[in-house]
Amino acid sequence: MLQLYQRTAHELHNLLLNKEISAEELNLAIFDRIESVEDKIAAYITLTREKALEQARAVDQQIKNGERIPPLAGIPVAVKDNICTDGILTTAASRMLAGFVPPYSATVVKRLEAAGATLPGKTNLDEFAMGSSTENSAFFPTRNPWDTGRVPGGSSGGSAAAVACGEAICALGSDTGGSIRLPASFCGVVGFKPTYGAVSRYGLIAFASSLDQIGPFSRDVTDCALLLNIICGHDPLDSTSARFDVPDFTRFLVNDIRGMRIGVPEEYMAEGINPGVREVVEKAIALLESLGAFVEYTTLPHTEYALSTYYLIAPAEASSNLARYDGVRYGFRARETSDVMDMFMKTRSQGFGAEVKRRIMLGTYALSAGYYDAYYLKALKVRTLIKEDFDRAFEKYDLLVSPVSPTPAFRCGEKTEDPLEMYMSDICTISVNLAGIPGMSIPCGFVEGMPVGLQLMGRHFDEGTLLRAAYTFEQNTDYHRAFPAL
Amino acid sequence: MVTREDVEHVALLGRLELTDEEKEIYARQLNELLGHFRALQRLDTDNVQPTAHVLPLNNVYREDWVGQHMPREDALANCPDRDENYFKVPRIV
Repeated sequence: MLQLYQRTAHELHNLLLNKEISAEELNLAIFDRIESVEDKIAAYITLTREKALEQARAVDQQIKNGERIPPLAGIPVAVKDNICTDGILTTAASRMLAGFVPPYSATVVKRLEAAGATLPGKTNLDEFAMGSSTENSAFFPTRNPWDTGRVPGGSSGGSAAAVACGEAICALGSDTGGSIRLPASFCGVVGFKPTYGAVSRYGLIAFASSLDQIGPFSRDVTDCALLLNIICGHDPLDSTSARFDVPDFTRFLVNDIRGMRIGVPEEYMAEGINPGVREVVEKAIALLESLGAFVEYTTLPHTEYALSTYYLIAPAEASSNLARYDGVRYGFRARETSDVMDMFMKTRSQGFGAEVKRRIMLGTYALSAGYYDAYYLKALKVRTLIKEDFDRAFEKYDLLVSPVSPTPAFRCGEKTEDPLEMYMSDICTISVNLAGIPGMSIPCGFVEGMPVGLQLMGRHFDEGTLLRAAYTFEQNTDYHRAFPAL
Repeated sequence: MVTREDVEHVALLGRLELTDEEKEIYARQLNELLGHFRALQRLDTDNVQPTAHVLPLNNVYREDWVGQHMPREDALANCPDRDENYFKVPRIV
């Protein structure tokens, strides 16, 4: 018999409708679960128990009154701590924002509230979302529920770990270079990075503005579609938010991919991919083929340049975005400073952690006089070539598939000394952000007892094709039902 | 080659005060990373347009009307130091 904390949102919705459970019982079950496993996992920076229970009781009242409740009503959805919540501490896992209580909520948070979802708490991340393991949090690292000696992936590691071990039913994260898909893959849950502009970023603490996107974590593809229904859509408060017709994403939950044309970029299956991961992904691809998809290997020839391109553009944008942390209007301010320049320097040096400083240095260098053309402008041009690779591939294919990461979750501390090696974890996910297309990770098997994710990539605003392929895969496999023993 | 002087110059531009140890580490790591990134120079991009942004967005305008705005107290609530309705900073001149 499954525990409540192991169920999906759509199953729990039915239990609520049939009055088999109350929303308050469900939220109490989540907090019991948090109490019993959080000391091992450390997924949350802040817990908001009273708020969640109050929201749950409001849903119970609606049910009692015979009102119709929306699909996510009463369902605990955790939120990454770089997404602003009105009146609730929002730190971006940085000393710089250790006491920051936002005076407003992000648009996605308002949308979740309007949909009746409850907020169990704010989840841990790499400081300012810069990292691939959640070890760069200024407060504490989060652990992988499948093996607490390993990392959950990053930067949205708290959100992924919370969903994987039943400390939340669903969660939101943000993805700048793989920060939703990588932890989803490492923790064995579904993670979706929507098309750039599909989800409002108003209230998301900015990292690299031409790449950042908010997206959902869930236990299955149906819940993913339900969350996309809530968070996608134009927002006048975000000038980069796209005007597009938001479909009902649940209509893509169809168990049929006959005739779908799927390309497998050979560069993503090459040397450097762990043999166990390659085998699991090849088996997943063979299954898609046996279900009626047309599959062939293809090429994205500029893939080898993606890592360099990304790690010039993202730090350059970050160095500009993080200029706002000056100790004047909010956040940390260093004590005992002689003048305003001294205050800026000391505040930023004491407030930012090592990886954030490294990226500010790298980005500032790439943008500085004498190096701008050789590094930053060059990277923007290569970004065009990378995007054109995808444009060409999508003339021929409806979908591209690959591993999410070259390896399963690595050990804590294994890559913290060598930045380049840590950056290599993102090698399969960063191109998706550079091209602005949607990308998704779904559980597709295990290596060394650790979950492995299959990455699906699609055309701009064609979230539907990803959901359809993912749903079909899920209906024909059991990987998404596996639950870590803790 | 990124020198220690380059690191000091960039740190100043980024308003970071680095320890001697940090200067040494960042000089070494920037050299390693930029050495790796120099692979981009192999590509001929003379006739390639840069992509700063993937969506075909133009200027986004809105009507010029007064909406609801954050109360002043809320905007000031997180500041480290204030003087009535002003943000207070150390002496500038």
